Amino acid sequence: MFEQHSPVLPIILPLIAAPICILLGRSQLAWLFATFISALGFGISIGLMLTTLDQGVLSYSLGGWEPPWGIEVRVDAASALVLCVVTGISSLVLVYAKESIAKEIDSSQHTLYYTAHLLCLAGLSGILSTGDAFNLFVFLEISSLATYTLVSLASDKRCLTAAFRYLIMGTIGATFILIGVGMMYMKTGTLNMLDLAARISEYDSSRTLNTGLAFILVGVSIKLALFPLHMWLPPAYTHAPSAVSAFLASTATKVAVYVMVRFIFTIYGAEYVFHTMGMDTILLVLAIVAIFKCSFMATVQSNVKTVLAYSSVAQIGYMILGISLVSTLGLTAGLLHIFNHALMKGALFMAVGAVLLRTGSVDIKAFQGLGKQMPLTMAAFTIAGLSIIGVPLTAGFVSKWYLVTAALEQQEWTVAFLVLAGSLLAIIYVGRILEAAYFKNPAEGTTYKEAPLLMLIPLWILVFANIYFGIDTSMSVGAADTAAQWLTQPSSSPATALSVNMGGATQ
Amino acid sequence: MSFIVDYYNYWIVVFLMMAGFYIVISANNLVKKIVGLNIFQTSVFMLYISIGNVSGGSAPIVADGITRYSNPLPHVLILTAIVVGVATTSVGLALIVRIKRAYGTVEENEFEDKDDLI
Repeated sequence: MFEQHSPVLPIILPLIAAPICILLGRSQLAWLFATFISALGFGISIGLMLTTLDQGVLSYSLGGWEPPWGIEVRVDAASALVLCVVTGISSLVLVYAKESIAKEIDSSQHTLYYTAHLLCLAGLSGILSTGDAFNLFVFLEISSLATYTLVSLASDKRCLTAAFRYLIMGTIGATFILIGVGMMYMKTGTLNMLDLAARISEYDSSRTLNTGLAFILVGVSIKLALFPLHMWLPPAYTHAPSAVSAFLASTATKVAVYVMVRFIFTIYGAEYVFHTMGMDTILLVLAIVAIFKCSFMATVQSNVKTVLAYSSVAQIGYMILGISLVSTLGLTAGLLHIFNHALMKGALFMAVGAVLLRTGSVDIKAFQGLGKQMPLTMAAFTIAGLSIIGVPLTAGFVSKWYLVTAALEQQEWTVAFLVLAGSLLAIIYVGRILEAAYFKNPAEGTTYKEAPLLMLIPLWILVFANIYFGIDTSMSVGAADTAAQWLTQPSSSPATALSVNMGGATQ
Repeated sequence: MSFIVDYYNYWIVVFLMMAGFYIVISANNLVKKIVGLNIFQTSVFMLYISIGNVSGGSAPIVADGITRYSNPLPHVLILTAIVVGVATTSVGLALIVRIKRAYGTVEENEFEDKDDLI
């Protein structure tokens, strides 16, 4: 009977598990329980992805209320792909977190950390699988509120102002989305995404809908830290505990990119957003400026976590660049980069967290000579760093390759050139850290042990995933391609929808 | 003139939205920022409640002799949004309490390190 309910389980499980985590009280127990729940969610997500690739869309009516009246949970290839990324990274980060938070978070707050992590996971899964525009806002706020708490858990006092800045910006972004959804409801009288899509396509031009789209795109751009609305991100990722940075950098902003894809392609339709409203040029320019400005900012920082945070903003630029190319191939490249970037940024932040644990600092000076003292950690950092640059045989190369191919397909020679030029800046900011680690001598009389095994295992799983998805691309590219096909032809999806209308009330 | 009078509730919404937004951006005191954020969110609540009105419609409670009802759905939606707003406010205020303990002030211009500015 669980199979019928599988679309809703990735949301429900962590949501119920979060308060249980507090009741468990003991840090050790809460850790085991949270990791188990997250891994279970990952297993279900894999199952969902296989089902959606095989049979198409899974629809589930919450409480037995049929859509469009009730809230629909709707999992298609795009949601399932990002869902796998989010739950997978969450499980690895939770395994990693036990050793990592021991030093960075006060021991009385460990259970609260696991609770907030599970709540954030529930919110993110909810955003990914809901088929209702208002419900999406609610889940967005659930995940965001948990995120502000997670950021503020670090023992460094600067995390507090970073979290507060994040809260102000995040709430403005979410409220903008709320206004936009209100405008859509005002004109169409529905909140179900498919219903919205059908009714919006009946209007040629409506000022209410245009304004709603503008509000939603600006709101989502704050959430995904699109340049120039990214100013909350570097301090938040720098001062948050390492496990939190690793989790957020590889999931939260990716989910926001998914929200943007959902609103543009499923609800408003690419034709309307890109041709009638001309958003493609705006997004393209902002994406390219983000890549160069933030990659440059990354080359001049001395705090390695800040370097990675600015690099995240630049990498988000690549995803938006893929979307703004207005083609199935471009969207494939964007979705693929969501997947690959989660693997590399997760690994990089985990490696930095291991360095912080042993040396007590994340300044670039702390990395001097670590190549010999923490060989496994630095080797992992090197491979993930090469992946971010886009060296062949790593996952990063695959997404860059698809991005350049998509740009060339549209005859955008300058864009293709700029994507490659952006990688050169990545060589500089990753190279600086590697130079310190391998070619400089450590400060006199300091010796550091290798990171603990519980941190190395999830780190190396991600590194192997980086290599694996750089060589065997059939799975990641196949899923991204199917998702992009679905998204660019939304008219075909309702007919083939596989209905599983088995809510609680009707049984 | 009737354009202004007929849509007076929307004018209030726009005014509150901009006033709240301005306070969030310009206020130096963190508590005032939260107050501004609340005003900003409240304006959206009023926007939603205004949408629900059907001209000539009665309150959405079934009664004899009434055929026209207002739309109750936006009101229900905004209940959820109010809860979200309260939760955001409490997290924000909790952060301010901890900022006060750590920095000794909630005035932005009194932070020693310029990097900490919000």
